[in-house]
Amino acid sequence: MTETGKFWRTERDADGVESWILDVPGTRANVLSKAVLIELQQLVASAEATPPKGVIIRSGKDTGFIAGADVNEFLVMNASVDIVHEHICWTQALFDRLERLPCKTVAAIDGFCLGGGLELSLACNYRVAVDEPHTRIGLPEVRLGIHPGYGGAARLPGRVGHLAAMDMMLSGRALSARAAKRIGLVDHAVPFRQLSRAAKALVTEAPRSRQPVWWQRLAGNSLLRPFVGAALRRTVAKRVRKDHYPAPFALIDLWQRAAGNHARMLAGEADSVAHLLAGDTSKNLLRVFFLQEQLKAQGRGGSFKAGHVHVVGAGVMGGDIAAWCALRGLTVTLQDQSPERIAPAIGRARSLFLKKLKLPRLAQAALDRLIPDVKGVGASRADVVIEAIFENMEAKQALLKDIEPRLKEGALLATNTSSIPLEDLAAVLDAPQRLVGLHFFNPVAKMQLVEIVRSRFSGDEVVANAVRFTRQIDRLPLPVKSSPGFLVNRILMPYLIEAVRIEGEGVQAEAIDRAALEFGMPMGRSNLPTW
Amino acid sequence: MAKRTTSAAAKGAPVYIVDGSRTPQLKARGEPGPFRASDLAVTAGRSLLLRQPFPASALDEVIMGCVMPGPDEANIGRVIALRLGCGVGVTAWTVQRNCASGMQALECAFRKISTGRSSLVLAGGVEAMSHAPVLMSEAMVKWLAGWNVARDLPARLKQLKRLRLAHFKPIIGLLRGLTDPIVGLSMGQTAENLAYRFGIDRETMDAFALRSHQRLAAAQDGGFLANEVEPLYDPAGAVVIEDDGLRRDSSMERLGRLKPVFDRPYGLVTAGNSAQVTDGAAVFLLASEQAVKDHDLPVLARIVDCEWAGIDPAEMGLGPAYAMAALLKRRRLKVADIDCWEINEAFAAQVLACLEAWKDPAFCRSEFGTRSAIGEIDMSRLNVDGGGIALGHPVGASGARVVLHATRVLERMEGRYGMASLCIGGGQGGAMLVERG
Repeated sequence: MTETGKFWRTERDADGVESWILDVPGTRANVLSKAVLIELQQLVASAEATPPKGVIIRSGKDTGFIAGADVNEFLVMNASVDIVHEHICWTQALFDRLERLPCKTVAAIDGFCLGGGLELSLACNYRVAVDEPHTRIGLPEVRLGIHPGYGGAARLPGRVGHLAAMDMMLSGRALSARAAKRIGLVDHAVPFRQLSRAAKALVTEAPRSRQPVWWQRLAGNSLLRPFVGAALRRTVAKRVRKDHYPAPFALIDLWQRAAGNHARMLAGEADSVAHLLAGDTSKNLLRVFFLQEQLKAQGRGGSFKAGHVHVVGAGVMGGDIAAWCALRGLTVTLQDQSPERIAPAIGRARSLFLKKLKLPRLAQAALDRLIPDVKGVGASRADVVIEAIFENMEAKQALLKDIEPRLKEGALLATNTSSIPLEDLAAVLDAPQRLVGLHFFNPVAKMQLVEIVRSRFSGDEVVANAVRFTRQIDRLPLPVKSSPGFLVNRILMPYLIEAVRIEGEGVQAEAIDRAALEFGMPMGRSNLPTW
Repeated sequence: MAKRTTSAAAKGAPVYIVDGSRTPQLKARGEPGPFRASDLAVTAGRSLLLRQPFPASALDEVIMGCVMPGPDEANIGRVIALRLGCGVGVTAWTVQRNCASGMQALECAFRKISTGRSSLVLAGGVEAMSHAPVLMSEAMVKWLAGWNVARDLPARLKQLKRLRLAHFKPIIGLLRGLTDPIVGLSMGQTAENLAYRFGIDRETMDAFALRSHQRLAAAQDGGFLANEVEPLYDPAGAVVIEDDGLRRDSSMERLGRLKPVFDRPYGLVTAGNSAQVTDGAAVFLLASEQAVKDHDLPVLARIVDCEWAGIDPAEMGLGPAYAMAALLKRRRLKVADIDCWEINEAFAAQVLACLEAWKDPAFCRSEFGTRSAIGEIDMSRLNVDGGGIALGHPVGASGARVVLHATRVLERMEGRYGMASLCIGGGQGGAMLVERG
């Protein structure tokens, strides 16, 4: 038996267990817009009237469960604190009704389960997650300058204990299925083939939910909360300043005031999030979020897909670019003048792989894909060749000239130069339209932005392919003109020049750094790595 | 006394050696080395495959020789094939003929290609001897089984009382592996047998060992191994470029000071005149005529034939003399026709005994059925760049390494025939003949 709404599809099996399947049309990932929630309200109402044997909430998409609330609606709503407040209270009431349904409910999580998606899951009796790397469960609201508002802050401590809950919400960190199971956030982490069986077993057999043990509840004791709160504030203050990032501090205040009291927590969540969303921090972080989405949206379409990348130069930049590409599943050949120059890059790559992939088996596979190649034979097999040797025009010109005739047809030829005009490098090529700049930032594994530098020779398709490649390795492509400093360093320069100038005028370096930090720069000028 | 198996591939289709590479051979230093067996083979294999104009998935199969794969490397051939990115469709298997496992893998590939069953095969050998397992005694395993079924406290206490210190004595897998289970002799003791039988003295052995080091040093300095050895990148960020067992400071005086290790205290075989315990891998790309044509592949040499011999396990080191004799006879070749000899140096005594055997008319008459002595191998053509004594003997890999090096030496010397051979624990010998041009 199937009923289809605009967003939710319901199926009832022979035993009377209902599945509510969310499949938001026209998007890649499910988000909880108001319209989605209104339709959910109808499902909840009908379940209240005639309760099924159990309810399984899952996603109809293969990209994940629910990626969060609809951030676009935030933009419209944050015009008014009252409208936001009302919306949050309404959603909280809906999730409360879901929680109080007379039948058992379970969230069957495969892929992303973030923000509002996790808050919806927390209102279910059970959660079961697919034990695969693509499953990520978390409350990343703090990264948008807010904190959970749909009952997440109220419910999470009751599932995983106070300290684990605060850690998740303050860091915004997403957990793997296995880690979520370990702290009690999900009841089971299972292979995909067992997801349906596990979900159904939970709602029909209704086992007792796991509760946090006494020491996990201890931190929520009203006598201890002021001390725990102070400790949390100290920890957070080490990473961010309250005047720039008020959200984590607001969350700690709320928790300290109301932890353990569901109604007061909900009221506090609504109040706090409505005000945070109206603040500058959240507005700016939302802007950054949308700009990122814009960058991510580039490079769709087109058939260019790299399988093999050849990187010349195994220094810090070249070596780390190579490691990143291998991490993202590409075969990589890494060339330098001698094995001794390549070896340190392999050592760094191994640390990166172990950190990111956790399982030694997967780190091994990534290392197997990263092939040291002193003789440079990989250049003729690669779909992308990236030059990342030292910043010397003659050396780079000679290298590019040497590589050009060996390139595969349609292969991308890129330079990682940060200071040499691309035209000067392209000029030595037989086909100067081939060359494009791929300017990565240090450290490669942390800096998401890659400047796609086009010279006046660069072909449109070449630039488009460079953008596609950058998206393929999960970095954010920023197309820029070949002019000194490109974009990022161009913006940075006036600030640095001014800092150096006033230092020359006798202002203390410490004072300049302090002013920079107060302004909101992540580090002072004197700590900047490349300068 | 010896019985020879006769191979009949004489009239098969030609089998070409397209390329080959190996890792540096790393001396075992008392603890597991930085590379597992599959890591070694992947390093040698992926550089070799990178040079080819076809993708790894174009291979028909992968055949690897290995004596003791690690616990996570069951059918190590398949582990290696998948790690090399051959894809699930390329089948892979593992062969074991002790010290000749690598040569056995080559022979299997040779036969598959010469009979037309395969046309592009990655074959070779690998061993990480430093990773040889340390095992629990059987008494300990039984005690643990008892502990697992002892459920309550009294039963456990009772079981605890049965535990003896002797239970904890480990079994060193490597030592067991290097001891012949039939005749109860260690490999070194079989070499002592040969030294005794052929009257080889300690000085001759040490001189042979010294020459092995000197020749390897000259080869490294002359860059003769650069097209054969692929650097090994260790995950900690270091790199090994050359065989690290070489002792440039070796001398007759230093070798002479070493004490015998197998027949103490009066034996002749020392650590200095024996092969080193080593980790290493060597792989080949072998191709049929059609594959050479299809992919426009270069040809280094052709595998002509391969031969095996079975002898007394207590004199296993004499194996090469038998296997090579049979191969020469079948191919109607004389000693002088061979431009390059690679006889694996398991022990100086054992290689020298083979040479003595071939010089002895009576021995040759009775053992090989020849009318006179087979002849004397010119020392300037034997192991010209050193051998197992200087660069080690990773058991599963050496059989492939000697063939690879013979091929490279032929190329360098512009010779025609190369003979690679080795003795095999358990009383066998293996020999492979390659022809260039």
